[in-house]
Amino acid sequence: MMTVPAFFFYLFSAIAVASAFMVIAGRNPVHSVLWLILTFVNAAGLFLLVGAEFLAMILVVVYVGAVAVLFLFVVMMLDVDFAELREGFLQYLPIGALVGFVFLVELVLVVGTWVVGPGIASAIKAPIPNAAQVTNTEAIGRVLYTTYVHYFQIAGLVLLVAMIGAIVLTLHHRVNVKRQSISSQNARTRDTAIEVVKVKTGEGI
Amino acid sequence: MTLNSLMPVLPELVVVVGAMLLLMFGVFRGEDSTPIVEAGALVVLAIAAVLILMQPSAPAELFGGSIVIDAFARFFKILILIGAAAALVMSMPFWRNHKLNRFEFSVVVLLSVAGMMVMVSARDLIALYLGIELMSLALYVIAAIDRENVRSTEAGLKYFVLGALSSGMLLYGASLAYGFTGTVSFAGIAAAAKSPSTGLVFGIVFLFAGLAFKVSAVPFHMWTPDVYEGAPTPVTAFFAAAPKVAAIALFVRVAITAFPNITLSWQQIIVFISIASMVLGAFAAIGQKNIKRLMAYSSIGHVGYALVGLAPGTAEGVSGVLIYMTIYLAMTLGTFAVVIAMRRDGGQIEEIDQLAGLSRTQPVMAFVLAALLFSLAGIPPLAGFFAKFYVFLAAIQGKFYALAVIGVLASVVGAYYYLRIVKIMYIDEPAQRFLPMPKPVAIVLALSGIFTILFFVYPGPLVAAANAAAKSLF
Repeated sequence: MMTVPAFFFYLFSAIAVASAFMVIAGRNPVHSVLWLILTFVNAAGLFLLVGAEFLAMILVVVYVGAVAVLFLFVVMMLDVDFAELREGFLQYLPIGALVGFVFLVELVLVVGTWVVGPGIASAIKAPIPNAAQVTNTEAIGRVLYTTYVHYFQIAGLVLLVAMIGAIVLTLHHRVNVKRQSISSQNARTRDTAIEVVKVKTGEGI
Repeated sequence: MTLNSLMPVLPELVVVVGAMLLLMFGVFRGEDSTPIVEAGALVVLAIAAVLILMQPSAPAELFGGSIVIDAFARFFKILILIGAAAALVMSMPFWRNHKLNRFEFSVVVLLSVAGMMVMVSARDLIALYLGIELMSLALYVIAAIDRENVRSTEAGLKYFVLGALSSGMLLYGASLAYGFTGTVSFAGIAAAAKSPSTGLVFGIVFLFAGLAFKVSAVPFHMWTPDVYEGAPTPVTAFFAAAPKVAAIALFVRVAITAFPNITLSWQQIIVFISIASMVLGAFAAIGQKNIKRLMAYSSIGHVGYALVGLAPGTAEGVSGVLIYMTIYLAMTLGTFAVVIAMRRDGGQIEEIDQLAGLSRTQPVMAFVLAALLFSLAGIPPLAGFFAKFYVFLAAIQGKFYALAVIGVLASVVGAYYYLRIVKIMYIDEPAQRFLPMPKPVAIVLALSGIFTILFFVYPGPLVAAANAAAKSLF
């Protein structure tokens, strides 16, 4: 008899793997992005199962809400012919496979010598604060704005630079652009807005 | 945490808050405010420098030890502020001449300076990464700031893509180092890493690869010539000065404080990239016709020489790196002052052979440039000789004989292309005159010339400061 968490684990992971496969197998890039969103949502479900509800929510909010939507925008706005891009793709296969193989060997070497740090085992046994009493969202909140406030502020500065950069590099001040002027719209009266024209019969304006 | 406990990071706070105030001022006043914002940025940098000089000499730890304000950090912060201020001063006439009125430039430079100050104070992997990103993101923006110019845009894009790749490698290395030691703080990593495990060495390799990219050491130097050539000249001057100094500082601090017990594991990496950088910097610069490209290869070579001092992992070596970076900063800023001054009615000139006969058309400029080039080549009694002397001495004391010998040979090869420019200036038939040098640029050139030529008279204070700064790491 399968327990409920085990059932959901297999459900989420099966759908996640299947939809991840569809992301790279799909021919239409828009479909790929939609499959990607399904993968994210299922990965969020897996996070929920292990009790990391904060990560689950962040995954949905940031990756589905922002990143995937950004992908969709780019895919739909840029008229990229993906079929053409894929042409000649297979000619890179030998070198790609070689690089992948080397990387795999290296990873095996690393994992083979995996050592857990001496302090880690006891640290996991006694998480601070106690996981039974505090949700992990609250636990992160407790340190994010106290112990790690400087990281938070520096990350904010990084975002500020990104914003300034995007504006500096892309905003063009064009002349002769017709912009909405709310004050002049509100100041309109019947006299300034309506003009009475005497039209001669049969001639038009 | 009380406000009083934030006093050690007051210089950083001044830079950051100053940048935001100037940004608001610029946004509300529009493009006309550029000269005021530029002057304001210089004032902010000066205030920060004064505050750093006034700080007590005892090291201060903040935020649970993730930021440390010690003599090492203060030394490099002063260098960074000098480099940024000089680049800003030289950029002002350049933007006027090119009708580029962007007040954001000064603001972004200030924010990148804030990132560099975090970098040199960082004592854990997270602060390290955030500092690097804050600096790099600002640098990508200013590389492309001349957005109507295809070369500038290309430089920005190239720098961004390759920089993102290097950040990925750095993060991968950082995560491995964290995974195998269980902590992000350098002191904790040093305590946990008593013997090299394969995974940790893997992490060090990736971490150093990311850092080597930021200092543009071979084999991660490919972006440097293109970015230096494409970016507007004052931006290139800034790139060659402050960020390079900050990245070297970070490199030294990570190597010395995070991995002191497994020096053998990283020394071979440092020796390799140092030799490769010196040799490539010497040989690849020979065929260059564009002076900014030449300076790019020259800076790659100089990073190699500076890393010679890091290889032994001793206090003498680190002190040599500090002296090297100070002198390198002065020489580079002076040389770029001349590059910015290479203007005719047709615009900016970047070809080296256009310097022909400068000794007859503009003798003072030619003399100072010649002195700077002799110094870059490492010819006594100029400052550049002492820079090389201290790092090679440390290498020999640390029994890195091959490294020192290859370094001396590479600097002999490097001397060829520096002296070729001197030959062009003094022997070849004069080309057309350049426009007179703008005052701010002339001031930077004069200061760096005086420092380079007269360093041997009174090297004591710099050497003492470098020794004290190096001691604070051990």
